[in-house]
Amino acid sequence: FKIELTDEQKEFQATARKFAVEEIIPVAAQYDKTGEYPIPLIKRAWELGLMNSHIPESCGGLGLGSFEACLITEELAYGCTGVQTAIEANSLGQMPVIIAGNEHQQKKYLGRMTEEPMMCAYCVTEPGAGSDVAGIKTKAEKKGDEYVINGQKMWITNGGKANWYFLLARTNPDPKAPASKAFTGFIVEADSPGIQIGRKEMNMGQRCSDTRGIVFEDVRVPKENVLIAEGAGFKIAMGAFDKTRPPVAAGAVGLAKRALDEATRYALERKTFGKPIVEHQAVSFLLAEMAMKVELARMAYQRAAWEVDAGRRNTYYASIAKAFAGDIANQVATDAVQIFGGNGFNTEYPVEKLMRDAKIYQV
Amino acid sequence: MAALRVLVGVKRVIDFAVKVRVAPGGGAVQTQGVKHSLNPFCEIALEEAVRLREAGTASEVIAASLGTKASQETLRTALAMGADRAVLAELGEGAAAGPREVATALAGLVRKLQPQVVLLGKQAIDDDCNQTGQLLAAMLDWPQGTFASRVQLEAGHVLVEREVDGGLETLRLRLPAVLTADLRLNEPRYATLPNIMKAKKKPLEVIPAAELGVPAGPPRLKVLQVQEPPPRAGGEKVESVESLVGKLRHAGRI
Repeated sequence: FKIELTDEQKEFQATARKFAVEEIIPVAAQYDKTGEYPIPLIKRAWELGLMNSHIPESCGGLGLGSFEACLITEELAYGCTGVQTAIEANSLGQMPVIIAGNEHQQKKYLGRMTEEPMMCAYCVTEPGAGSDVAGIKTKAEKKGDEYVINGQKMWITNGGKANWYFLLARTNPDPKAPASKAFTGFIVEADSPGIQIGRKEMNMGQRCSDTRGIVFEDVRVPKENVLIAEGAGFKIAMGAFDKTRPPVAAGAVGLAKRALDEATRYALERKTFGKPIVEHQAVSFLLAEMAMKVELARMAYQRAAWEVDAGRRNTYYASIAKAFAGDIANQVATDAVQIFGGNGFNTEYPVEKLMRDAKIYQV
Repeated sequence: MAALRVLVGVKRVIDFAVKVRVAPGGGAVQTQGVKHSLNPFCEIALEEAVRLREAGTASEVIAASLGTKASQETLRTALAMGADRAVLAELGEGAAAGPREVATALAGLVRKLQPQVVLLGKQAIDDDCNQTGQLLAAMLDWPQGTFASRVQLEAGHVLVEREVDGGLETLRLRLPAVLTADLRLNEPRYATLPNIMKAKKKPLEVIPAAELGVPAGPPRLKVLQVQEPPPRAGGEKVESVESLVGKLRHAGRI
């Protein structure tokens, strides 16, 4: 277990940091206000190679592991988690194809992501089933050489911007069939007839990210777009999470680090009772605890990422990392608002956005 | 323009965003555990060289640095930005170098590599010497175009627009020449992730600094003392221009 980053990893981190500080931060508040999808930023991230890092080299990608994805994600999230989530949703959508796609599917659907900036989405959650993935009701019925999909998905990030979706649907109608056999993963082109994309949802935070409900009405998908085989879907969906959960934790850490830095800077400048507020113990203790939380959450996601990159099952570590990072991100963002005092409640200062953006990491 | 080789000098310096502190003892600045990066003016010089190669004017860009082993990471960044290969003139751990030593090392590399153009940053942001380019040109007896804000290669010559106190001055120099880059020469590119990965495969040669003629021992310039500037004292508001002028005169400022 090596805690030191390699030179190459440091370079990736430096490029991501530069992009976040010079290009994301100056415009993040504006995107939050308007909720506009940050196309220019996504395009730039794509040009710099910060997107699609997991895509194998055979499809024009960099074939990087979870650890590198986490490093990049933390830096981008430091700039704005809304932008970073839009970018990360690509990794989530692609992961089933990366881990389970055959050569033809990979070349077709991953290849097009590296040829031009393009988005994809991971369609699993439904209005009636989020945490309980096995409870999803979207049906896929085999009819000749096609499957016909009917159902409703919700809270799909990049739902309105995706070129294609990874879709999980129930292929075995028997309610007693075990989850490990009842579901199938499909790649669905977003322009397939029968797909109705809902309105952009107005959320508490990460407002520039595009989240939508999607209705599938008799959508036909060729059998070539089944990942692995009928019934293999649940395992694929879960396997994707093992690789993408550490970067989500990293995103939460990036937000927390930003909150810590902003609060520290403010505490060194703002004076009350004759001295910078950092010299009041209540504030300095708070900052110390915020720093502790950021460091520990970072170590948690690094461990989770390292485990999965080493080829081991990391669900335990990845879940710990995400749960812990999500919690501390909310705590640290709230504490940052507290340190800013009245100013923290105001939109002219950067921390209220962080508090709103953080909540989703706990949900 | 076949086989026009450009040598770019790069220096590893404390990152511009770091809050610099005086090391205990007062003889130097704290460098242990502090973030370092490629000197911004060297970055601009490198960007210009890579653009020349991309335009087909130059055939090869070689990045070089005089430093300890740690400077290898700076050279890797240079490779990631587009240099074709890199050379480290290596100093022993803890050794220091000033402009005279750097110019000597670069002169040694020039004799080895035979570039037509040497591009350097106008100064390093740690010592702000603004001497290396000038010293190197003198050592090689080459023409120099310092503070360049525009560079244009012609057959056998280079056209350099320089930012000087009076405005802009344009010189036509015979090649080979030494140029130093100023801020407005260009905006350096990012090291994209694919280029960072490609940089791993590019050659990085390490040569002991002594082999290039750099004398052993401490640098020619000796730093006697480093101290923080005095803390900022409060200002004073005055009511009228006459009062302002009177106070400035009284303080001996005008």
